[in-house]
Amino acid sequence: MSQEQDHQDHKEIDAVTGTATTGHDWDGIRELNTPLPRWWLWTFYACIVWAVGYWVVYPAWPLLTNSTQGLTAWHARSAVVADLEELKVQRGPMMAKLSSASVAEIVADPQLADFARAVGRPAFGDNCAPCHGAGGGGGKGYPNLNDDDWLWGGKLDAIEQTIRHGARSGDKDDHEGNMPAFGRDGILKAKEISAVADHVRSLSGLATEKGEDLALGKKVFADNCALCHGPEGKGNRELGAPNLTDKIWLYGSDKATIMQGVQNGRGGVMPAWQGRLSEPTIKALTVYVYSFGGGEK
Amino acid sequence: MTALEELVKQSEVQPAKAPAGAEAPLPPESDDDIPLYAPRRKIYPQSVQGRFRRIRWAVLVVTLGIYYLLPFVRWDRGPNAPGQAVLIDFPSRRFYFFFIELWPQEVYYLTGLLILAAIGLFLMNALAGRVWCGYLCPQTVWTDLYFAIERLFEGDRREHMRRDTQPMTAEKLARKAGKHATWLLVAWWTGGAWVLYFADAPTLVKDLATGTAPFVAYLWIGILTATTYTLAGHMREQVCLYMCPWPRIQAALTDEYALNVTYRYDRGEPRCSAKKAEQLRALGQPAGDCVDCLQCVHVCPTGVDIRGGANLGCIQCGLCIDACDNVMSKLGRATGLIAYDTDLNIKQRIEGKKPFFKLLRMRTLLYAAVMAVAGGIMIFTLATRDSEGISVIHDRNPMFVRLSDGALRNGYVIRIVNKRLKYRDFIVAVDGLPSTLVDYVGLPPRSDSRQLVTVGPDQTREVRVVVTDYSSMPPAPSTTILFRLIDVDSGEVAEMRDHFFGP
Repeated sequence: MSQEQDHQDHKEIDAVTGTATTGHDWDGIRELNTPLPRWWLWTFYACIVWAVGYWVVYPAWPLLTNSTQGLTAWHARSAVVADLEELKVQRGPMMAKLSSASVAEIVADPQLADFARAVGRPAFGDNCAPCHGAGGGGGKGYPNLNDDDWLWGGKLDAIEQTIRHGARSGDKDDHEGNMPAFGRDGILKAKEISAVADHVRSLSGLATEKGEDLALGKKVFADNCALCHGPEGKGNRELGAPNLTDKIWLYGSDKATIMQGVQNGRGGVMPAWQGRLSEPTIKALTVYVYSFGGGEK
Repeated sequence: MTALEELVKQSEVQPAKAPAGAEAPLPPESDDDIPLYAPRRKIYPQSVQGRFRRIRWAVLVVTLGIYYLLPFVRWDRGPNAPGQAVLIDFPSRRFYFFFIELWPQEVYYLTGLLILAAIGLFLMNALAGRVWCGYLCPQTVWTDLYFAIERLFEGDRREHMRRDTQPMTAEKLARKAGKHATWLLVAWWTGGAWVLYFADAPTLVKDLATGTAPFVAYLWIGILTATTYTLAGHMREQVCLYMCPWPRIQAALTDEYALNVTYRYDRGEPRCSAKKAEQLRALGQPAGDCVDCLQCVHVCPTGVDIRGGANLGCIQCGLCIDACDNVMSKLGRATGLIAYDTDLNIKQRIEGKKPFFKLLRMRTLLYAAVMAVAGGIMIFTLATRDSEGISVIHDRNPMFVRLSDGALRNGYVIRIVNKRLKYRDFIVAVDGLPSTLVDYVGLPPRSDSRQLVTVGPDQTREVRVVVTDYSSMPPAPSTTILFRLIDVDSGEVAEMRDHFFGP
């Protein structure tokens, strides 16, 4: 069927429906022509015109080094920056309160404490979680901040002090105190180290190795360890010496780990955060860490 | 004619005469192009008096009255809640409906409402066709109002049509301007009423008047003004014909027993004038009651000819019934040439049998049953829902904490919900472990030294608690425990199951 004929035939009216056909014929089946309303077409054109508006209003066309800026020069990046600025302004009064109040005052004020915990949470995730874990659960060599065993003290002030100045960080107000490398430096012999390790395990009621000379261990402990860990092994927070009689072990309670500690010494480093984090952030972190549940009264 | 076409033709309900009206095609344009886009045929519906017109007026007054005035209805809930009967409070995330207050987590009531609405629509359809379209749909109601305004300014069908063909005069311009101004006023009022559902209505009216209302209020008034003016003033039947999905769905959901606005062709055909009918009848030849006066077409708001049979364009508003009844009365013939009826009954009458109406059938009973069940569940849950709630999230890291004395501790964040409009004091207890201690972190004891969690009226409060187990050694890797939230004054309890983890 030629194009010419095609167009002529479209005037045919379908007998059943009374609708005009397009003239297209497939084995006796003809296509009815039910035209769309014209406004539908206009709506389509209006959408195209609307789309052109985006080119005018927003950055759109890529150029060699840049792009067209549009009337608004709107960018997702600058919008985020603006949003953050706005957030800063909104938080301003509460942040000012955080800056001026002491951590004890913050905890005493429920509303301010809630705010501090909310500020502390993301700050903890950003700065502390890499070592201490997302929820402060700690790991081998990194203290668990949820429990009631604190190397340098678990009161609000002590936590704040540790966050500000760190431990063995080189800060002039940091916590000092090292576990010497008794074995490596030749202070103790292998036999003595083995004996003292079993003695340490016995302090918290752990099983000791059969045939081990516990008397020797006790003597070695009294001569070398008691200075920092105390005669009963209860530890000393001034020096960050752990309590060896409780159930919490920073590195592990098995004999090999203890011997490794005595042989090579220990001295985990916590950086000083004063100067790196803002005043209110440090206080917020203090309150947040305190609220893990291990904070001391 | 092919065999198929013959079959189709035989099955056609309507008489052989080609149907006129909305389904009738526009004549192809004189040029050689196939018209893929058709210009709109303007419809000038004629005013009509009658039973269904009165029903439509009543529905219009009632529905629009509810819509425009409901925001101003007051409902006293006490000092800690808004005093507006129906309020969607987005900032504090509450929905108020008279004595019902819904929280965002109770949005399933909305699901229930949607189920009721959908099944209700199906039920209406099974009983009497497009009741929704003809009487209740906002598009129909507002368009009807706009038709009335149009007739007020531009006159009824004939006057309006005549004036539209004449050149523009000052009078015609004034009439058109008046119509559009009034339309816009109604549209603006429609948008204005809309925003009043989202804020305290009297306050917002005052703010809107003094120009101190939030921008979003003006924006939505603008949007609703534009949509109302466009849809009710200009799009009208095009919304039903081209935009709305319901006519398509409705056609698939209907059955042969559903009452529809029907032209009783058994009585109406063959069409002839009253005079000719007398002559034919005198000769003993068949003559129908339809005098082909086209009144039914002229009053139709969507411009269809109901005599062509049920079709997509017919919203079944019943105005053609009124128009035809008026003509039949004048001719001294029985009314009801067009009426709510079924094609089944027409065939019954042709065969000399009695027409029947079957409103109670499996379909309608099932719809009603589903509605009863859904509504019953909603009412039951609404009546028995708690006014307090607790949700518990176990700490992800660490899963458990070993204390220096060997005891195990788990941390949880709990959220306490107080749906009452007053302050309430709660305690949290844990069941499921032999010896536990619950500590609230950072919650100072009150002045009477009791450690209670006070939750403000209609609010929630998040509290961190640590649960310490002093008993079982060695502990299980996971123990199921039950958090019980107890209102210390009323003794009401809400419970939530969780776990206590160990190594």
